[in-house]
Amino acid sequence: MEQYRLEQVVKIFGRRQIALGGIDLAVRRGEKVALIGPSGAGKTTLFRLLNLTLRPSSGKLWIDGHEVVNLHGKKLREARRKIGTVYQQHNLVPRLKVIHNVLCGRLGEWSTARSLLSLARPGEVEAAYQALKQVGIAEKMFSRTDELSGGQQQRVAISRVLLQAPEVILADEPVSSVDPTLASSIVRLLTEISQNTRKTLLVNLHSVDLALEFFPRIVGMKNGTTMFDLAPDKVTDDLLEDLYSGHLPQIERDEITDEEPGPPILQ
Amino acid sequence: MKNPAHPYSSNAQKSAFPYLFGLFFLLALVDSWRRVGVDLFILFERQGRDNLTKFVTGMFPPEHSAQFLSLMIRPTLETIQISVMGTLIAIAIGFPIGILATRNFSVGGILNEADTTGAPTRFALRLAIYYCARGALSLFRSIPEFVWAFMFVRAVGLGPFPGVLAIGVAYGGMLGKVYSEIFEAVNPRPLEAIQSTGANKLQIFFYGWLPQVLPNFVSYTLYRWECAVRTSAILGLVGAGGLGQQIEISMRMFNFNEILTILIILFLMVAAVDYLSARVREIL
Repeated sequence: MEQYRLEQVVKIFGRRQIALGGIDLAVRRGEKVALIGPSGAGKTTLFRLLNLTLRPSSGKLWIDGHEVVNLHGKKLREARRKIGTVYQQHNLVPRLKVIHNVLCGRLGEWSTARSLLSLARPGEVEAAYQALKQVGIAEKMFSRTDELSGGQQQRVAISRVLLQAPEVILADEPVSSVDPTLASSIVRLLTEISQNTRKTLLVNLHSVDLALEFFPRIVGMKNGTTMFDLAPDKVTDDLLEDLYSGHLPQIERDEITDEEPGPPILQ
Repeated sequence: MKNPAHPYSSNAQKSAFPYLFGLFFLLALVDSWRRVGVDLFILFERQGRDNLTKFVTGMFPPEHSAQFLSLMIRPTLETIQISVMGTLIAIAIGFPIGILATRNFSVGGILNEADTTGAPTRFALRLAIYYCARGALSLFRSIPEFVWAFMFVRAVGLGPFPGVLAIGVAYGGMLGKVYSEIFEAVNPRPLEAIQSTGANKLQIFFYGWLPQVLPNFVSYTLYRWECAVRTSAILGLVGAGGLGQQIEISMRMFNFNEILTILIILFLMVAAVDYLSARVREIL
């Protein structure tokens, strides 16, 4: 069964800033895929299309065999609920307590009234506790989120996705703002979750090493198109050099603010 | 930026604007000094000194007879009522217009959902709403409270009500402007993340948007309430009730000691509001 199918997906921002220039991709259910490529390759834009934040300018996108490009309202929200996203900058609400950020994962299930009530008296505390325990920060449940370190906040974001219990997990540069040892453990955690619950997992990674170590399928992206789509043992140094050629070496690349084509557009 | 190897490279093309602006500011300062006739020595010349002494010595001791104090209770309560009602009206005016005057909301939709690419008329309409809202806010606050009160006294008669309206409109303009700046600073990324869980607009509003704006919103509104207490006293001078009206009466009778009493009451009220808002900010 196919989780995702993309046919000639194009995304253009404004008049002519081409972020994606015709992507073809198919991802099977339960598959683990790492996307690598230089900054500005369109990886983040692709993820925002995959989690239905953005609509493609042209092309077709199927999720679970259903076409999703023209979904609106309730149908669109239901489709989004099945896709959990971990973001590079965590994208948590800093002034809320950790538990409320985790419970955000339930908003798609909850009625508006119930979600409001939960701000006064948190609902599903046990589920939130289990999710935080799974990522090892259960004791922070009632702390304010902005009091946590970057790595801890990323774990809160993962707990949010755990509570959402989606069919797909998308992780957009989940480890680029944490130190290398923590990075490896967070990627391991994500792959384990995917393994244990048979969730499809797509991860954008800056670190080629982590991608090759943890993922059976590597997609290289550059200039808004896919360059290769191979098993890790087939990804040669030549291919990697080609992928990153014309771009600054690794250390300086971190300096560049990550690809951010226009403001987030919510629909 | 993690590693600013060339900290100045980004402003390579130097702009002359800061220098021009600095020069302009300096000229304006010199010119203002000369024209307004700042002359501190006038304060110490014979006549000025005499008047000042008469005023200050006349203030002591502050009037504290039980009769006068009990007379002040009603105007004091009235001042509080004027400031509270005025601030509430100001919020009712400032909040909605403030939202329209927030560029990324009125042009992009309250959660940036409006897609105006390829729809120039819709874009122009939204831009027009934005500029109208900004214009209205500027108008409301550029006319001094005092003048508003003057107009409302003519319209609805003497008493606290014109004072309430004056504060409501003038402060509505100020609150709206600051609200729009607070709204402008909302980080849309958490909103996008909450949306991606399948949340609806109201849920995004309460979980992502409100927690981000609430602290600044509350603390600035409380500050404006504090100002409204003071302003309501001034508005009394044009007949809009409250302690201001008492100040005016005492001024006319040259009862400076009564004025000092009223000023002390005002000071205590402002201090109390300040204390209250400090506590509220702590909770948030």
